[in-house]
Amino acid sequence: MNKTVRVALVALLCVGAAACTKKQEVKPTPPPAAQPTQPQAPVSDGKYTPADLDTDACLRQRTVYFDFDKSEIKPEFQQIMACHAKYLRDRPSAQIRLEGNTDERGTREYNLGLGERRGNAVSSALQADGGSASQLSVVSYGKEKPVCREHNEDCWSKNRRVEIVYTAQ
Amino acid sequence: MIKPMRKISSSFAIILLVAVALFAGPAAAQSLSVDIVGGVKTATPIVVVPFAQQAGMSPLSTDVADVMRNDFNRSGKFRSLARSEIVETPSQGSEIKFATWRLLKQDYIVVGRISDAGSGMLNVTYELWDVNKQQELLGGTFTKPTASLRDVAHQIADKVYQQITGVRGAFWTRMAYITAVGLGDHITYSLIVADSDGYNPQVAVRSHESLLSPAWSPDGSSIAYVSFEDGNSSIRIQNLVTGARQIVSARKGINGAPAWSPDGKKLAVSLSYVGNPEIFIIDLATHQETRLTHSLSIDTEPVWAPDGQSIYFTSDRSGRPQIYQIPVTGGTPQRITFQGQYNAKASVSYDGKQIAMVQGNGNVYRIAIQDQSLGGQTRFISPGPFDDSVSFAPNASMLLYAATDGSRGVLYSVSNDGLVRQRLILADGNVQEPAWGPYREH
Repeated sequence: MNKTVRVALVALLCVGAAACTKKQEVKPTPPPAAQPTQPQAPVSDGKYTPADLDTDACLRQRTVYFDFDKSEIKPEFQQIMACHAKYLRDRPSAQIRLEGNTDERGTREYNLGLGERRGNAVSSALQADGGSASQLSVVSYGKEKPVCREHNEDCWSKNRRVEIVYTAQ
Repeated sequence: MIKPMRKISSSFAIILLVAVALFAGPAAAQSLSVDIVGGVKTATPIVVVPFAQQAGMSPLSTDVADVMRNDFNRSGKFRSLARSEIVETPSQGSEIKFATWRLLKQDYIVVGRISDAGSGMLNVTYELWDVNKQQELLGGTFTKPTASLRDVAHQIADKVYQQITGVRGAFWTRMAYITAVGLGDHITYSLIVADSDGYNPQVAVRSHESLLSPAWSPDGSSIAYVSFEDGNSSIRIQNLVTGARQIVSARKGINGAPAWSPDGKKLAVSLSYVGNPEIFIIDLATHQETRLTHSLSIDTEPVWAPDGQSIYFTSDRSGRPQIYQIPVTGGTPQRITFQGQYNAKASVSYDGKQIAMVQGNGNVYRIAIQDQSLGGQTRFISPGPFDDSVSFAPNASMLLYAATDGSRGVLYSVSNDGLVRQRLILADGNVQEPAWGPYREH
């Protein structure tokens, strides 16, 4: 057993122990696919092309997840913001529609507002990273388009999302 | 022989069976089935005797007395004697043996008869008697087309309800709601208008994109609603009489939550083209928009006070959604809900004294009524956990709301005291966002 593996095992055990000793506090289940799989940072002088939308590990991440009743973009999604913003910079003709969604809790119209707030948060982040407002549009579906229909936090965390949809590449 | 009176639960079970039998017909795919999940022992006992049919008439498809019994039971104010316990069938006052109904502990008795009036019309004659005083309280005849027999039954029930309670009945009314049938990308949304007991559903609008937030015009002729037919939300008005359709608002961002002013001339709406959802009033004649709220929060779900002078709406300006009130002339909104972490989508009773809303605490969302005359006390009238979209009957005696059963959206009507709930279920798909229509005049 080499050193790397041993360290990894110890790390796993620690994580397990920490999880066990922690009281079962009510904490939101980590959103699925939240962690981008260490995307390849785009080469600084290379520009994205439409083909990268299908192949680039970062650009293929098109969903941003949120906490309950929140619209702040969590740190783990900053990298996704950065690569999509770079794509928009590299390709001024590209257009993104940001589709805001919520979980089922609460009224339909309030959730329309909440979904839009999430869409706007992603739009602002993309603009802060250099995307242009004219390349971005936001639509909120509120709780009308769930991807998961069970009544539990696991499902809710999948529904609280903004989907990044390229309408022009 | 007179049978002893059974417990109320068995009466309701029989009503359920009758209802199920009625709904087993060919229209089942688009009909709502009916059952009552609670009961109330303080309700006034009333017997509605099956209406006699003139000899030689072909059998009618509607049992007038049965429609009335269901109306009375659903209201929570009355408890009608089950058909199986109705041992005698008088059809006019002179035939009533009051001792029989006194023994069965009935306070009131309705009798009636139906005869052919020619040209597809029927005469429906009814009488309401006080059992203890042996006195006629009410009587009359409706001459209506055979196809309107359910309408006639509801109208008689309304007259009886008003005579005994002093409050106008609201059985002869309609409701609008949204159904979503199908899965994934193949969902069909329909805006449906039905009688207030769930019968006679008619599709007013059909779409492959979401439909939301139906709202009745005060005269009952039109329904405003939100449609995603064009990809983004837009506010539209469907005229139920002429079939005409118009787009009221299709701006950038959210076009949502329409609510008619009491005079029917304006719509209060929530629009977000200014950056975030704000309350606006749109004059339907001039299309002029007046902005009412100014905050960075979500301001939505406006509803007019009955006097038309102020608007209640949902806002999360204090952090979580709560109900606020603002004069229609503008000004500083006043927060009016303080119990519960989450209060949204107000519905106001006709007299402005009660405000129903969705109240959320933790992961449980229930329908609450806040009584303004009792210092803002709230009480729950639904069990949760995912109740939504409450709407008062025009006389505030009952409410409609949406709930979730398993993965399915269902509708309930509930008495104002929360003691009698009746479930209205579409055989397949989700039923959501019920809106109780105004009184009908014709």
